[in-house]
Parts: sequence; C-alpha cells; structure tokens
Amino acid sequence: MSQRRTFADQSFSCVFGGLTLLGLLILVGPVFIVLITSFTTSASLRFPPPELSLKWYQALFDTTQSAHIHRAAGNSLWVASMATLGASILAVLAALAIGRSRRPAARALEASFLSPLILPSLAYGLATLMFFALLGLRPSLTHLIGGHLVVIAPFVFRTTLATVTQLEPALLESSASLGAGRFMTFRRITLPLIAPGIFAGAFLAFVASMDNVPVSLFLSSARTDMLPIRMWGMMESTLDVRVAAVSGVLILVILVLMFVMDRLTGLTRRMSF
Amino acid sequence: MRAAAVDWRLAAPLGIVYLALFAAPLLLLLGISLHADQDLQQWGLDNWTKFWGDAFYRGVVWDTLRLGVAAVLVTSLFAWPLALFFCNASPRTQKVLIFIILLPLLTSVVIRTFAWIVILAREGLVNQVALALGLSATPLRLLQTETGLVLALMQIEMPLMLLPLISVMRGLDPNLLDASRALGAGMWRSFFRVILPLSLPGWIAGATLVFASACTAFISQSVIGGARLVYLPSLIWQQAMVVYDWPFAAVCSVTLLLTVLAGIMMLNWLGRYARTD
Repeated sequence: MSQRRTFADQSFSCVFGGLTLLGLLILVGPVFIVLITSFTTSASLRFPPPELSLKWYQALFDTTQSAHIHRAAGNSLWVASMATLGASILAVLAALAIGRSRRPAARALEASFLSPLILPSLAYGLATLMFFALLGLRPSLTHLIGGHLVVIAPFVFRTTLATVTQLEPALLESSASLGAGRFMTFRRITLPLIAPGIFAGAFLAFVASMDNVPVSLFLSSARTDMLPIRMWGMMESTLDVRVAAVSGVLILVILVLMFVMDRLTGLTRRMSF
Repeated sequence: MRAAAVDWRLAAPLGIVYLALFAAPLLLLLGISLHADQDLQQWGLDNWTKFWGDAFYRGVVWDTLRLGVAAVLVTSLFAWPLALFFCNASPRTQKVLIFIILLPLLTSVVIRTFAWIVILAREGLVNQVALALGLSATPLRLLQTETGLVLALMQIEMPLMLLPLISVMRGLDPNLLDASRALGAGMWRSFFRVILPLSLPGWIAGATLVFASACTAFISQSVIGGARLVYLPSLIWQQAMVVYDWPFAAVCSVTLLLTVLAGIMMLNWLGRYARTD
C-alpha cells in the first residue's frame, strides 16, 4: 500500500479500531468482573469489592448450608455425562451414515439432525413436559437425559460430520483391498481419524448440557433440581453472592477444560474453520 | 465407495430417537394448542383467537421480534470490526482472540446474565463510572430496561455472530481488497462495496443464530428485563408453570416457534436476494 492515507481512511481506522477495542472489552470484561466479585467480603454485589476474601467460597463448599446447590450440581453432572455419552454414540453413527453421501436424502437428513440447534428450545422444553406428563410419567432424571440428548446431539453430529467428509476414500479402499473387514477398517482407520471431531463435539455437547436452561426449566422438579435452574432461583429471589462463587468455580473449570481440549483436539481450530 | 448412498442402518438409531423424543413432543404441542379447554377434551381454535385477538399478546410478539432484531443489529456493529481485526492479526494473536471469543460462549448463560446484573445494578460498574465522571447526577436505571437487556444480550450472543463471520471472511481473497484500494477506493468504500457484500453469507448464518437465541433467552429476559418487560418465553413459562393453562401456553410456544422461523426465513431470503444482486 503506497497510497497516501486520506482523512477518510484515518476515520475508518479510528472507528473500526475503537469498535474492536470496545468489543473485546465487552466480550471478556463480564467474565472477569464475576471472578473478582466472587472474592468479595460484602453481602452486596458492589463492584469493585470493598475487600477480598474466600468467604463465599467457604459458604459454597459448606455441605450443610449449600446442600441443595451440591445436589443440583450432582444432578447436572450426571445428566450431562449420560446425555453426552448417548448423544455421541447416536450422532457418530448418524454422521458415518451420511458423511460420504452427496444425495438429496443425505442433505435432508443432515438438516433435520441439525434442526434442534435453531428451533427455539424453550418451545421444545414445554413440549417434552407435556409429552412425559400425558404419558403418565413422573419427573425423573431419565427424562432430563432424554431431553438434553436431543438438544445436544447436533453438536457432536456437526463436528463429526466435518471430519467424516474429509476422510480420504483411498485410505478406506486400500484398507479393504489389503483384506481388512468393515469393522477392522472402522476401528483401525476411520475411528482414529475422526476421533478429534468426536471429542471436540462431545466437549461442546457436555458444556451445552451443563448450561441448558430451556429443557431443564420444564423437566426439573424439586427432587431433580439442575444447577442453572437453581442459580436462576438464587438470582431471582435474593441476590445470593454464592451465585458469584458458583460462577467462579465454573469459569475456572471451563478455562482448564478449554486448555486441555485445545491440546487434545485443536478445539480452537475446529470451532468453525 | 463411489457415490456412496445413505447407510440407513446407521442413521436409524438417531432418527428413531428424534422421532420419539423430538418430533412427537412437538406434534403433541401443536395438538394441545388446538384444544379449547384445559382438560384437553374439546378441539377448537379458541386459544388462538384469544391470543391474537388481544392487543397485549400481539404486543408481546412484536416486542420479542424487536428484541431479536435489536440484538442482531448491535452485535453486527461490533462483529465486522472484530472479524476484520481477527483476519489481519498474526496467527499467535488469532489464537488468543479465539479464546477470548470462546470463553464467553462456553460460560453458562446464567453466569453471563449474572455478570450483567453486577455491571448494570444501582451500585454497579456503569453507574459508578457515570457518577464519577459527572455524566449523571443520580444513578441510572439500567436493569429492567430494554437498553440494559439489549446490551447484555449483545455480549451473550456476540460469539454466535463472530464465529461464522470470521470463518467466511478468512476465506476471502486478500487481493480483492488490495485491488479495490489500488483502483482508488478508500477504506470505507472498500469495506462497504467489497468486504461487506462478500462476507454476507457468514453474517446471515450468524444473524440467524443471534436472532433465534435472543428471542428465546428466557433467563436474560426474566432476570435483566424483570417483571415489567414481558417477552414470549416468560409468557410461556408463566402460563405453563404458574397458571397451568396448557393449551394457551402451547399457543404461545407455537407462536414463538413460528416467529423465530419467520425471522430465519426472512434472513435466508435476504441472503438469496443479496447473492443474485
């Protein structure tokens, strides 16, 4: 670029640079504000906190005082693990089924398997509540696992499908011509090659299930309380500062998981590119 | 292995689970919305006419749509500069940026909403800055306003806009911008005539996600918007879990579904129109 920088070009740099800075600040600022607030001594959410302490973390880890939070966290972990396991198995099979096909039927199936991502899941949440209630079933964690599975399966499906379509057909053909059966080829060639896609998708699915509100909102009950719903309740009634401590723990877990997953699967490369 | 067909045996398990746990409940929802009484004995369009005949409920639909559009507009304002910055950054900076984009996406929506309460509250960050700088003599009311809600939704939804936009903009040929500059176009003109139209497919993918998710963001809407601002999701929750009027709640849900689908179809139509232009 040997052109003279005009006033218009400078104004472009200023506006775009300013918006970029502000955008970055808005993206990460809130996460750190929550982290700092969680170390407050005060019972109010004043920012910055007057003094720092671990008071609210002690309250959070107290087994009697925060028993309901622990139970909700346990429920959420169980549901997320089971739903992720189920969703991963089903979605990987489905991705293998259509990954190498260019037929219209494959495109139609792909669109319908991805549809829970776009359809408002709040409407789906209510639908599942009515569905299980009219079948005469009492609220249970199994229903939550089923509801979550449907909502999170597209995450695994999408990332696995991306790796399946990139599989080199020659590899599979040479494996077959060297005498390997279908199962052998799958286990020794296909699975290792698509594993990063499966793990990245399973990670996103697990996080999505842990965070899920629309389905849990309708399917959870006092006995089957889920963590986000419990936190919402704590925010709605009295602004309990323990919410900040729960958030602090979850943010740290996510940060660690992000680094681990990036090492294992190249998550940052796989997100959209 | 050439021209592979769909392997139906492998697609069947997920397909059957979707039919039983996804399609069936949604059809049931539609069926319940077509019932006239709460015991689900009589069929009828009564609840539909009750919903659409009432100016209050029509207003709720309109407000929900407006909220989704506002969230798309505000995220777009920041998304293009951020995406341009990303594409011109070194690989090392790009990796840091991806973390910055993914961190809020992977942090629970409840936490992000909670953060905005800390920021927007009476004693919050915004008010302290505004009072210290003398921008305002009294604390501003930001919680329970549409402005505060749109601001929070912008941060909550921004990654959904950024990821598809960046992935399309990374694929653009950098020579196009150089050519535009060499032919004498300034940066503004190059942006609006070259980068913007070419990155439109990415924007449409992002806008679809932002719109759908802003319209259905129950937690953010109810906590930051408060009881004063009513949107379709809180109306659904209240009708289903407080009033126990299932047919009416079903009508609200199907309306939410159709509203979001209409928005998505509009965006796709926009995309097709833009491409043939």
